[in-house]
Amino acid sequence: MGMSMSGLKTMMAADATPAWNEAEAAAIIASHRHREGPLLPILHAIQAAFGCVPPEAEPLIANALNLSRAEIHGVVTFYHDFRRKPAGRHVLKLCRAEACQSMGGEANAARLLATIGLDWGGTTPDGRLTIEPVYCLGLCATAPAALFDDMPVGRADAARLEILVQEAA
Amino acid sequence: MKIFIPRDMAAVAVGADHLATAIAAEAQARNIPLTIIRNGSRGLFWLEPLIEVATAAGRIGYANLSVADVPSLFESRFFEGGPHDRCIGVVERLPYLARQTRFTFARAGVIDPVSLDDYRRHGGYRGLEAALSLGPAAIVAAVKESGLRGRGGAGFPTGIKWETVARASAPRKYVVCNADEGDSGTFADRLIMEADPFMLIEGMTIAGIAVGATQGYIYLRSEYPFAIRIMNEAIAIATRAGWLGRGIAGSRFDFDLEVRVGAGAYVCGEETALLESLEGKRGQVRAKPPLPAIKGLFGQPTVINNTISLASVPFILAEGAQRYAGIGYGRSRGTMPVQLAGNIRHGGLFECAFGITLGELIEDVGGGTASGRPVRAVQAGGPLGAYFPPALFDTPYDYEAFAKRDGLIGHGGLVVFDDTADMAKMARFAMEFCAHESCGKCTPCRIGAVRGVETFDKIAAGIEPEQNLALVRDLCETMKLGSLCAMGGFTPYPVLSAMNHFPEDFAAKPLPLAAE
Repeated sequence: MGMSMSGLKTMMAADATPAWNEAEAAAIIASHRHREGPLLPILHAIQAAFGCVPPEAEPLIANALNLSRAEIHGVVTFYHDFRRKPAGRHVLKLCRAEACQSMGGEANAARLLATIGLDWGGTTPDGRLTIEPVYCLGLCATAPAALFDDMPVGRADAARLEILVQEAA
Repeated sequence: MKIFIPRDMAAVAVGADHLATAIAAEAQARNIPLTIIRNGSRGLFWLEPLIEVATAAGRIGYANLSVADVPSLFESRFFEGGPHDRCIGVVERLPYLARQTRFTFARAGVIDPVSLDDYRRHGGYRGLEAALSLGPAAIVAAVKESGLRGRGGAGFPTGIKWETVARASAPRKYVVCNADEGDSGTFADRLIMEADPFMLIEGMTIAGIAVGATQGYIYLRSEYPFAIRIMNEAIAIATRAGWLGRGIAGSRFDFDLEVRVGAGAYVCGEETALLESLEGKRGQVRAKPPLPAIKGLFGQPTVINNTISLASVPFILAEGAQRYAGIGYGRSRGTMPVQLAGNIRHGGLFECAFGITLGELIEDVGGGTASGRPVRAVQAGGPLGAYFPPALFDTPYDYEAFAKRDGLIGHGGLVVFDDTADMAKMARFAMEFCAHESCGKCTPCRIGAVRGVETFDKIAAGIEPEQNLALVRDLCETMKLGSLCAMGGFTPYPVLSAMNHFPEDFAAKPLPLAAE
């Protein structure tokens, strides 16, 4: 356990995401714990601060909400959004749902993944880019759709995706 | 001079922000005083980015613009409605828009979504004013009389749900908006929240008054960052103006509202999974009964409605239940915002009375496929909806008529596929999606979906195709009858419809000659 935690810290430092900070995490938890059903807001806020929900956060949240660590872990791992380790500096989410499939989204995605040498969910060795699937962005009339960090991309043909990826620094 | 450039996520996805920046810069360079209003989208997505200019003749549109068009737009004095290659004339006269019956989406794309004044000027809060003068019991009666049915897909009468919650006595009640619009091919909730957020706030407030709830939550999916931002902004504005909080609009009613962001689980669109998620748990489905109307969020009586259902309420109260119930087809009253998506030429939102046929929607309104190839299949109602072949295009858009043809209208999405679609692949995808998104609570869904994928892989590999196809049918029967919710229970719709209408795609394919 100690080893995996220090390993995680090294990786987080390499990725230039904020290192684990217990005081900051405790402050985040305290700012939400008075709310009804505070767990999802807390997890979102922790991930916004640390780039993921670090394992160290789980016992802290469990204590604050008077739940078991297993319950917190169960929630973190249930939802696709919560990461166990930080993503690359940029995240490209490609929609794999039906409307985007009908416009050739799968072929575009396969080509892009092959070009960069990544599988779904993978991150480039330089930590520059993570590519993830998403199931519907609600951009189904301008398909295929993607989300590059916070920027939505419609009519995302293969050429447009490659330009995006090349420009990601 | 007023220029409207949408801030809608789909418009921005095809360049609306770049366009707004370029137009502002060019106006400044030419010393032309323009007021740029970032409106919502009209929902005519195939025309985006679509900008509009207010003129004496009405709002003139310029469609499918890119930054490269900006100098020529100024040369042709677009800001006065001047002629240009991209000019499409008065937007409201476009047949696509003129043919619609926009009850719920009347303001979409017209107003500045975060301007309360704009909202008021366009009829906003007239529904709430009517509701306050009617009182709780008469509000419920009006919603019942309107015939409004749950627009999330189940089609349960909204007024009856409200009545149940109103009759329950409890220390605290809730109104929850299901804005976890996860179905591929749907974007009506997103459009409501990005184009006319006060309408949703108004609808939820009316629900709160009707049932005696003082707290509302909008469970909004994380995949909709624009809607989250706009909704939060609108709630803050409404609260400051006294339309939310204590003593709404000077009345004796209190109602607070908060956005809660989902975390990427499709199954949380199922109402009981959504409630679990709001409570901070894994999004696992609850067994019913008890109904959420009796024991919902935190065990309290809860109105949980889809975004469109709640957004339809202000119109019903403002214009009268009869106005809404007066149009429609059979037991499907009022309008439905049909969402034309996927491989379709005129993709967008088309709000119309129930009863229009599927073929009219796809061919006349939608203009057929975007690729120009023949339509092969239309998936109606999201990932859990059936695939319809063109042979069934005479089906009227109506809950019961779709059910009679082993389909569902769901949340109103229609995803079009052209003749290059491989329906065996789509059937496998339906199982794969179910396996990916199953909450894991019941066995038919959790295990059935995985077995479904494996069985389709055997069929594709030519292993005992007939026996395995029979096995898939058997499995579908088990999932349909044995699953706790629509996730496992409705996955058979796309699977069986693909098998029934496109059997040729499931025939054994010759094995590849040389595997490595």
